[in-house]
Amino acid sequence: MEALLEFEFLFFTFLLAMFLGLELITKVPSQLHTPLMSGSNAISGISLVGALSIAAAEGSSTLTTILGAAAVGFATINVVGGYLVTDRMLSMFNVGKKKGDKKGDSA
Amino acid sequence: MTFIPPLLYIISAILFILGIKGLSKATTARRGNATSSVGMLLAVVATLISTGVVEVQWIIVGAAAGALIGFLAARLVQMTGMPEMVALFNGFGGLASLLVGWGTYQGAADNALVGLGNFAANPSEFLASLGGSFSSATIFAAILIGGVTFTGSLIAWGKLSGTITQKPVLFFGQNVVNSLIVLAILAGGVWFTINPDYYWVAIAATGAALIMGIMVVIPIGGGDMPVVISLLNSYSGLAACAAGFVIRNNLLIITGALVGASGIILTNIMCKAMNRSLINVLFSGFGSGTGGGGGAGIQGEAKSMQPSDAYYILEAASSVVVIPGYGMAVAQAQHAVRELAEALEANGAEVKYAIHPVAGRMPGHMNVLLAEANVSYDQLVEMDSINPSMDTQDVAIVIGANDVVNPAAHEDEGSPIYGMPIIDAEKARTCFILKRSMASGFAGIDNPLFFKEKSYMIFGDAKATVESLVGEFKESAA
Repeated sequence: MEALLEFEFLFFTFLLAMFLGLELITKVPSQLHTPLMSGSNAISGISLVGALSIAAAEGSSTLTTILGAAAVGFATINVVGGYLVTDRMLSMFNVGKKKGDKKGDSA
Repeated sequence: MTFIPPLLYIISAILFILGIKGLSKATTARRGNATSSVGMLLAVVATLISTGVVEVQWIIVGAAAGALIGFLAARLVQMTGMPEMVALFNGFGGLASLLVGWGTYQGAADNALVGLGNFAANPSEFLASLGGSFSSATIFAAILIGGVTFTGSLIAWGKLSGTITQKPVLFFGQNVVNSLIVLAILAGGVWFTINPDYYWVAIAATGAALIMGIMVVIPIGGGDMPVVISLLNSYSGLAACAAGFVIRNNLLIITGALVGASGIILTNIMCKAMNRSLINVLFSGFGSGTGGGGGAGIQGEAKSMQPSDAYYILEAASSVVVIPGYGMAVAQAQHAVRELAEALEANGAEVKYAIHPVAGRMPGHMNVLLAEANVSYDQLVEMDSINPSMDTQDVAIVIGANDVVNPAAHEDEGSPIYGMPIIDAEKARTCFILKRSMASGFAGIDNPLFFKEKSYMIFGDAKATVESLVGEFKESAA
């Protein structure tokens, strides 16, 4: 029974967050599709939270620690790479940028 | 002090929500991205506080390697390579969630000496130590969704980078094989949920999930990648959600759901822009050249023109619409295109860029390329805004686009793309099509646009053609 209640609680969170997400992003302009995807790449790196607790656990087997460390590694690629590349991209989208202004140019 | 991590998690969730809200508007996107990165930082700090972090060295190794790779990837990637990068990152997100699910399970298995061929001395005690059948079910889900996302994204990456064929891969009995894999996974899921000490079932399910990811994406053609990449984006969020159920962490569930929702919205937009259902995109093998005949054959001959002649028409034009497609990305022609637009503007013409939602290989691909080339955002026009005024445009220049300007979508009921919204390039007073050859586009169907009275093909590499047009303008100015 207790497990069921816990599941219900977590599942409600999931449902509400899903609806919130759909509401927040319904009318995203096409200009932002790519940054939205790379930004959400970074956000899905939130698995890092789970990965950290596995890698940090005391007295676990080598295999468990390796799984945890690998998870930390892959999640960190997403977090660092995702946020940086999204920022780089958005810096090129200077809204109302003047023509001939070369500031947004990136090699 | 135990109240600090939960408090940080709550603040972090708020920041993620505000961040993704910001990402959906042009004026707030950059701030939104920064906001969500602060949320991520707080989440990491909270986790480090709450776990106590005794064994720090492995975390440092993993995080340092990940940070270095992520940093280099973000710095070095070309804007033309963004689809590949997003595909890979989708995959890494899935893999991380798979590893979290497996690692959580492995930790419990170690304690109970469960392994391949070693079952728990007391199965019900093992199930309880894991956290009940709720945990075994969610561990299975995290491994499954994470695994499918991982290999599916690798295949998508392979198709986008040209490492493997962009054509749909279809073989005899594909549906039977897929159905068997799904059945095996379902059976394994039920079994594992009740008897989580069957270690080999977990391993077999991981294998099956990895194979399923491959099977799901190989039958999909390169031109449908905008849908696939959006869908995998959504899966990577759902995988993080599943990992959140495993470790019973609301923050993972909330953020995973936000990403899942964003991916669903993009998937939906992409499907609508192709007038096809998600089911059709995933299972029809569209573009394999086997499905649907191309109605009545096209009569007439396409006219071709040299850039030096095209120059005179452009020189006289007072309004020009550029319609870019995947070919512009392949030819890396975006900078040359911007130069041409500047030359036209200096000549007194008004230049716009008409962007089809599925032009390119991922949502927003063309916008990113043109932004990289320093094209001003207010010159970019969406399909629905440009079409009503298309017949007043002097010249439409189609650069490396094909299916998104194919009038068969309007005219030919037998065409596989019939009903797809297109940019009406054929309505412009003159239409130039920059193309390597007469070959058909991704969908493998003829394009009647090439044979229209007002259409002229300019054959050759798109970048070279545009550069020679720019050269003509420079020469006449000199």
